[in-house]
Amino acid sequence: MRNLRTYGKNINLIIGGFILMMFFIMMVVSFFYTPYDVNSMDIANKLKPPSADHLLGTDEFGRDIFSRIMQGTQTAFFVGAVSVSIGMVFGTLIGGVAGYFGGWIDEIIMRVIDALMAFPGIILALMLVAVFGTGMINTSIALGLMAIPGIARIARSGFLQSKELEYVQAAKLMGLSQMKIMFKHILPNVASPLIVAASIAFAVAMLAEAGLSYLGLGVQPPDPSWGRMLKDSQSYLVSAPWYTYAPGAVITLMVLGLYMVSNAIRDIHDPR
Amino acid sequence: MAYFIRKLVLLLVTLVLVSLITFAVFQIIPGDPIRIMLGPEADEARIETLEKQLGLDKPLHEQYGKWISGVVTGDLGDSIRFSRPVSELIADRLPVTLSLALMSVAIVIIVSIPLGIYIARRHNTLGDVIFSSLTQVGMAVPSFWLGMLLMLYLGMTFSFFSISGYIPWSESITGALGSLLLPAITIAIPQIAISFRYIRNTIIEQLQLDYVRTIRSKGIGERFVIYKHVLRNAMIPILTVFGLIFAEVVAGTIIVEQVFGLPGFGSLLITSISYRDFPLVQGIVMYITIVVVVINFLIDILYAILDPRIRLG
Repeated sequence: MRNLRTYGKNINLIIGGFILMMFFIMMVVSFFYTPYDVNSMDIANKLKPPSADHLLGTDEFGRDIFSRIMQGTQTAFFVGAVSVSIGMVFGTLIGGVAGYFGGWIDEIIMRVIDALMAFPGIILALMLVAVFGTGMINTSIALGLMAIPGIARIARSGFLQSKELEYVQAAKLMGLSQMKIMFKHILPNVASPLIVAASIAFAVAMLAEAGLSYLGLGVQPPDPSWGRMLKDSQSYLVSAPWYTYAPGAVITLMVLGLYMVSNAIRDIHDPR
Repeated sequence: MAYFIRKLVLLLVTLVLVSLITFAVFQIIPGDPIRIMLGPEADEARIETLEKQLGLDKPLHEQYGKWISGVVTGDLGDSIRFSRPVSELIADRLPVTLSLALMSVAIVIIVSIPLGIYIARRHNTLGDVIFSSLTQVGMAVPSFWLGMLLMLYLGMTFSFFSISGYIPWSESITGALGSLLLPAITIAIPQIAISFRYIRNTIIEQLQLDYVRTIRSKGIGERFVIYKHVLRNAMIPILTVFGLIFAEVVAGTIIVEQVFGLPGFGSLLITSISYRDFPLVQGIVMYITIVVVVINFLIDILYAILDPRIRLG
């Protein structure tokens, strides 16, 4: 934390951090309190525009959209956190081994990673969903697997650069084990590009989850999902446009917050 | 020459690995894939026929060999859901997705290059700051939501756009444009954001190089400096980003086709996943990925031809 002051001055970090903090607070609160029960239907009040009673209006079953948006943060954080964790653990491990050991191990790993990254966008996730099935857990696993190659590539280049440095050579001469050198000494030094990669992976996973749920292949009801809300809202696009605005806006805002924070961390650690 | 041979070998290795992954993913299906595909009420005779038809009674390497030669010859067997050849189904949907992808890429190029040049020349002005913030928003917006908003605001206002369904080119050119333009813009906007940023940064970098100072000191007009010299050099790195953008555009068509009810690869893929029609899923994924990989390979080659430092360095 030697450059705490640079953190405080970075406008991207302040705004992005504020946005993410708001969503995080919203998620914590949603466990204890939402203005209405998220699944209680009230057909008499269906598709009502925003009002003092229903801040963001109601959906086709008369459910409170604001409450459902609040609860949707749980899904967003769950899917993001699980898939980023999978991506980080396996990506760092695989990329670290490739970069540190080099040679034919590196060559094989990199070719497989290139092949995995050749599948455009969410196609890999769609293929995995086709095999594993839909739902919150399966979606998180599929998106986690999708995150591995990108993170592995960044971990690899970090380890590759670090292994030539003097402190690593010194650690080797001291006879430390390979595992200890890799994870105790090199890993903390390549942490900042990995943190940047993790926050971007979080944003990508959120967008992909929203996309899959919109297609009906991601999170399934009754689990709340902003992407799923968008799918349901499309039938009422003209008669109830507010139903579309809220989930789309929160997805955009949260992804924007993640991008801003990742840009800020990159700028602070790698000023060009 | 060695560079091109190495690239070609890498292309083949990637394609083989892609096919192995696509094949292997469908081997890890929990339970019996045939029963999953046919549903719980399927009778034994039907199961056995399908097992034979798909060659699932053969060893794995034979199955892969048969499948991969099918990919190469374009004979991927029959779809389970549609009872028609997979290649025929894919060929039917090709014009929609191809038109959509090409239109999107064209829009990205037409908008982002002039915009990138314009803003790069006004580096660090208010306009630059506003546009650069806007691109962050452009990258954060889910494309399908953007599509819904465009549909709501433009599609419903102007009768030129048809907001659902596809009108073939052969039927009416304006009709086809009307049905494809909004989805193409939808797919293009996030990519414009990415490519605009890249173009802006590349041109700003180029403008600081010595050769630009030399040309300027000769008293040549700024316009000439940009279009005759800087753009030429900047285009080479910009080219590589278009390989990436093409891949993103192709992936983008899958979701956005659903928003606008277009009968392309996307809707075929989604239907095949919902019906667990695995031969069809495999076929679509494989062909989409081959196209993207080959386009990126061609861009790499073009890059190396235009910039000899790449292949000699």
